[in-house]
Amino acid sequence: MDPECARLLPALCAVLADPRQPVADDTCLEKLLDWFKAVTDAGSSLLLLQENPCLVELLFHVRKPQDLSSRILSFALRLAGTFAAQEDCFQYLQQGELLPGLFGEQGPLGAAAWVAPTVRSGWIQGLRSLAQHPSALLFLADSGAVDTIFSLQGDPSLFVASAAGQLLVHILDLAMRGPAEGRGPAEGRGRLQARDWPACARRIVCHLEDCLCSEAAPRVTQALHVLTTAFGHCHGLWTQGLWVQLSPLVARLLEKDPVPAPHALVELLLSVARSSVLSSDPGLWETVAQTLSHLSPMQAGPLAAGILKLQDCPQALRIQAFGVLLRPLACVLEAAAQAPGTPGLLEGAAGDQMAVDTLPPSKSVCVGLLCSTLAHLELLQPLPQRPSPWPQAPLLAAAVTILRFCNGSAAPSSELGGHLCAMLVGCVRVQRAALDFLGVLSQGLGPRELVTQVFAVLLEYLVSPDSSPTVLKKAFQATLRWLLGSAVPPSCCDLEPHAQLVLRELLAVLQKRLCSPCWEVRDSGLEFLTQMTRHWGGQATFRQALLASEVPKLASQLLQDPESYVRASAVAAAGQLSSRGLHAAPSSPEHPAGPQTPLEELLLVLTTDSEGFPRRAAMRVFTEWLRDGHVAVAEDRERFVARVLQAASGDLDWEVRVQGLELALVFLQQLLGACGPGAAPPCALAQALRALCRVQLFEFAFRSLFDCDRPVAQKSCDLLLFLRAKAAPSGSPQEAGESPDVAPVEAALRRWRAGEQGQPLGELAPEAILAVLRSLDLEALRDTLAESSDHVERSPQSLLQDMLATVGVLGDNEADCY
Amino acid sequence: MKCFATTDKEHRAYCLSGHPTLPCNVLKFKSTTIMLDCGLDMTSTLNFLPLPLVQSPRLSSLPGWSLKDGNAFLDKELKECSGHVFVDSVPEFCLPETELIDLSTVDVILISNYHCMMALPYITEHTGFTGTVYATEPTVQIGRLLMEELVNFIERVPKAQSASLWKNKDIQRLLPSPLKDAVEVSTWRRCYTMQEVNSALSKIQLVGYSQKIELFGAVQVTPLSSGYALGSSNWIIQSHYEKVSYVSGSSLLTTHPQPMDQASLKNSDVLILTGLTQIPTANPDGMVGEFCSNLALTVRNGGNVLVPCYPSGVIYDLLECLYQYIDSAGLSSIPFYFISPVANSSLEFSQIFAEWLCHNKQTKVYLPEPPFPHAELIQTNKLKHYPSIHGDFSNDFRQPCVVFTGHPSLRFGDVVHFMELWGKSSLNTVIFTEPDFSYLEALAPYQPLAMKCIYCPIDTRLNFIQVSKLLKEVQPLHVVCPEQYTQPPPAQSHRMDLMVDCQPPAMSYRRAEVLALPFKRRYEKIEIMPELADSLVPMEIKPGISLATVSAVLHTKDNKHVLQPPPRPAQPTGGKKRKRASDDIPDCKVLKPLLSGSIPVDQFVQTLEKHGFSDIKVEDTAKGHIVLLQEAETLIQIEEDSTHIICDDDEVLRVRLRDLVLKFLQKF
Repeated sequence: MDPECARLLPALCAVLADPRQPVADDTCLEKLLDWFKAVTDAGSSLLLLQENPCLVELLFHVRKPQDLSSRILSFALRLAGTFAAQEDCFQYLQQGELLPGLFGEQGPLGAAAWVAPTVRSGWIQGLRSLAQHPSALLFLADSGAVDTIFSLQGDPSLFVASAAGQLLVHILDLAMRGPAEGRGPAEGRGRLQARDWPACARRIVCHLEDCLCSEAAPRVTQALHVLTTAFGHCHGLWTQGLWVQLSPLVARLLEKDPVPAPHALVELLLSVARSSVLSSDPGLWETVAQTLSHLSPMQAGPLAAGILKLQDCPQALRIQAFGVLLRPLACVLEAAAQAPGTPGLLEGAAGDQMAVDTLPPSKSVCVGLLCSTLAHLELLQPLPQRPSPWPQAPLLAAAVTILRFCNGSAAPSSELGGHLCAMLVGCVRVQRAALDFLGVLSQGLGPRELVTQVFAVLLEYLVSPDSSPTVLKKAFQATLRWLLGSAVPPSCCDLEPHAQLVLRELLAVLQKRLCSPCWEVRDSGLEFLTQMTRHWGGQATFRQALLASEVPKLASQLLQDPESYVRASAVAAAGQLSSRGLHAAPSSPEHPAGPQTPLEELLLVLTTDSEGFPRRAAMRVFTEWLRDGHVAVAEDRERFVARVLQAASGDLDWEVRVQGLELALVFLQQLLGACGPGAAPPCALAQALRALCRVQLFEFAFRSLFDCDRPVAQKSCDLLLFLRAKAAPSGSPQEAGESPDVAPVEAALRRWRAGEQGQPLGELAPEAILAVLRSLDLEALRDTLAESSDHVERSPQSLLQDMLATVGVLGDNEADCY
Repeated sequence: MKCFATTDKEHRAYCLSGHPTLPCNVLKFKSTTIMLDCGLDMTSTLNFLPLPLVQSPRLSSLPGWSLKDGNAFLDKELKECSGHVFVDSVPEFCLPETELIDLSTVDVILISNYHCMMALPYITEHTGFTGTVYATEPTVQIGRLLMEELVNFIERVPKAQSASLWKNKDIQRLLPSPLKDAVEVSTWRRCYTMQEVNSALSKIQLVGYSQKIELFGAVQVTPLSSGYALGSSNWIIQSHYEKVSYVSGSSLLTTHPQPMDQASLKNSDVLILTGLTQIPTANPDGMVGEFCSNLALTVRNGGNVLVPCYPSGVIYDLLECLYQYIDSAGLSSIPFYFISPVANSSLEFSQIFAEWLCHNKQTKVYLPEPPFPHAELIQTNKLKHYPSIHGDFSNDFRQPCVVFTGHPSLRFGDVVHFMELWGKSSLNTVIFTEPDFSYLEALAPYQPLAMKCIYCPIDTRLNFIQVSKLLKEVQPLHVVCPEQYTQPPPAQSHRMDLMVDCQPPAMSYRRAEVLALPFKRRYEKIEIMPELADSLVPMEIKPGISLATVSAVLHTKDNKHVLQPPPRPAQPTGGKKRKRASDDIPDCKVLKPLLSGSIPVDQFVQTLEKHGFSDIKVEDTAKGHIVLLQEAETLIQIEEDSTHIICDDDEVLRVRLRDLVLKFLQKF
């Protein structure tokens, strides 16, 4: 601990121990604890306490019955735990009977302060820190803390209850790890027999057994949570013994009707299945299989999905799990079938009765089941371990059917179908989930007639006035994915004939959507247009169809949209359309004096738009244009860069300025990148520097070094470092001559650093630039910028001073009162 | 003090209209006859040729229709246009049923909104109706505008020709559809006159929301806000022990009117449910979006937009949406025209009915700002309104533009002119927003048509999901609704969600049907005069239950029942009698005491034996016992609620036995 902190500590401890002082806020106490943790991690806690007796005094002080705030009490408990984590320090504190006074029955446990959840939480966390060595185990056993922890598992505060469970696992691990690790090779390191377990561990396991056998579902849930944490976080071989001991009780839960705590049971089984130590137990898979068949489809879904994500598990179980996951969709297909016996998703398993059993009669439960099923399958689809063969076609059919149920276009003949239709029609949640899933399925394609149905249903959603903006956005995204998937062959960017037909209808829809009064819809439409143009802008069919439509004109008009998000998307669309030569013919009759080219239009946005989003979008477009050699840029690249940098450098939005520097970097790379890695040849460098001076890049870059927004300064630093690396090393022939006059530049830099931004840099000679670049310690600046902005304020000394300063204010007030 | 008496009469509903959103029902409730709405079904006009404002060469040169055998005797009455046959005559409307019930017996008519009163002149002026009509002020004022517009549209294009031959049943059979299938054609009538309108409206008495109106002391009716249109109401019809709610044309959406009052509908015995959305699959928000998008697309391409509409209602909301939309869509320079003989009044009326508006609009009035933004559209010249296409409009007319005008049936009104004018260009678009008419049928006499047609029906009335929630909330004992609501629409028979779903299932009705409402009058409230109440001496029969006998005279007047003290028995003084008021009341017999309790058979038999009866036999029966006095040849039949002594003309014996029976019973 540095001396200044050591000096401040007694005053701080006095403040903390004084109930009359204002309690420092929780964040300060948390930071203080973090600091003590760091100090004790780095050195001896015992030494720390001996050198700073005020700390022990503080701990003794909080033991006294008084009116201390619960936050301070909680803090003290956690602090004591932190110190006692080291065994010698633990002994030291024990000598003073401090620990029983804090964690035993004579401590807050028996006092009024115990009603505060924060005190109970501090008590648990203190013990959690303390329980690191065998002495701690003895202490826990003797102090009766374990029983208190058992009762805290049912605490009304969820945080306390959860922490109590975790503490039990920690104690169990500590208790079991010792004997298992201590055994010699001859005894066979690893699994202990239950009778050999330490007393403390046996007590906890007994408690868990009692809970598992309990008729009270909350107690079962507590035990299952503890076991889930144990098997998820502890990887010692002792866990195997624990599972062997308790798995029969877990399996017995399945005999109850209904199965208690099904969600916790699923979590436990997945935790065990994921554990490399435990998953070799054949009994486990049997229990999992039974659980799958016992639980309702809603409860079993997460278990089935978890099993299918496992790298290694018995094939039969995978088949069973996949069946469980697919069952709701199979029922949907069955419900929609015009005639009974239509081939479904699960051969031979589907049937009216199964459907009735699977699909809950309540709307909210049914919707929840379908959404979770679709979400599980969506996550499963891209995984290498997904079930094989993957039933792409029936899944596609199911997704399409669900979407048809949701928009009322399905015409089921069965009663179940009618019921399902009534539940799902207009349900936005299911629509979104099904569209997401349909989009993911685009990676696998499917039979032609099904693909036709996919596009048909997507078009229905895109056309329907009833589609909510979020559903419409998902429909656009799914459509784009299916169009991308329809490129034939995969490497070709041309659309297949069917998709070309769809395209015309899509453009008609897009035309209407771009005129929607709902800005979210206009925005999604523009994003879709940008993406389509990016992928197919070079393809003849697309170009013809797009140019024959009103879409480019409408997109251009949206540059004046009242909503800034829409203007930003319109800027992106205009940039993309212009890159592909697809922009609308300029000049509207309403604004004959308006900008004539896309470049002028976007420059107008950059210089005049009142919102940041459109200006940022314009900068991204310009950078892309410069990178790709857009025809409007290529005409006069320097003029383009100069105009954009001039606009960006004065922008109030830091992201625009960062984008400006990004564009400058691209320009720089284009000027010097051709020279290959390393320093550029002198003549190329000189040429480049002159060009950079002409576009006034240096003024922007140097000013940005002192920008109040750190990302701007960082970007500028990177840019100048790149340039300096390209410049010849010092001592080159160019520098042998007369040294350039850098004084005005340095003077300007000093003023900028001081915050005076008004001073212009004026005309610069390339040599002077190089000299300034070399004189600047850019590396140091970069390192400083890499520090977080509050690195100075985060020091412990600053923390202690802040906390004391708060008290100082109180002192002044008291003086005023007198 | 109040008490009740039981009664037992049925309540009936007479359904006079087959149109679920233009209802006309008569409710016989207690001793009153109440007509609920009198909607006018105007879909009949779709069978007629349009009435052009200016001579239309196309319409006037349509060929006459002839039978398959070439017989052309109908060619003056029926014209053929693009494969459809139309009646070439003044349009006629399908009236509510007038034969089912004598409409002169109707005591009151309750109007729920201005769309549901269009048949009023037919009822009040031609059926002998002498009652009162109740409606809110906006309903009357806007209803008057709608009627005025209708009369104006039809009267300003006088058509000499009147067709009636085709209505002959034998001839109608030979006609093509839909004329062949048109129902009740013999009852179709021409439009009323302005004089009849004025006379009908003069019978209306204005009411305010939650105002309680007494009908003959028997029934109380109360209008409640229904949230659908300015001044639109649902009605509560209740007596002391029965409550009928009449829900017609209600909306839960946030549009311009006051929100719907749902709470007052609770605890109804019967809820009559009419006027649900006609397009349950179309969400009004989506449709407004569709309307705006198509409008913008057309105008941007240089085309004109025609919106056939009523002069009040959804148009206010559409103008408000456009007010917000036109700037963002770059349509600020496009003129909007609203053409109707009542356009000016409609726009102005909407601004003055502040108390009938939703909260947001009400607060604007205090700022002070006009509640509807169309005032600003008018001020800035973006919206212009004209009584007709003649006059100023022709000078100001500038294209491309958006025109709102009537009538939505496309059979009369200025809209006919614009259909003829713009129909030939595919740049133009007609956007249907009113849900009352099939747009395909409306367009039939204009075929072939090049202009684009967009169907965006905006119907803010309750949909079936909202109805389901409403019924769960207000929990009526029974629901009565048109038969159309009890099954999915014929075109979407699988959509079980598109029907009223409630328990017990809703009772349905159809045109010309009489329905016995599923509850009976069981109780009547009777008041007891205080002096009579003072004289009562209740006896506690069971803990908490006391009874008292009361001897009184029931006085009934204006459906109110009062128990008055009985006349004092005549004084046996021989002298002069002074005539008193109570002498009018007939003398009552001295009342015998009431009996209660049960007869323990064993003890009764013992008592009989004590009194000398012998040879007594007791038989158990299903309802009690029979005590047989064999010697006296007498039967005593003892049941739970009666005791009979059956003996042969031996009155002395009967009285003796009766007194023995009475010993076991309590008297009061």
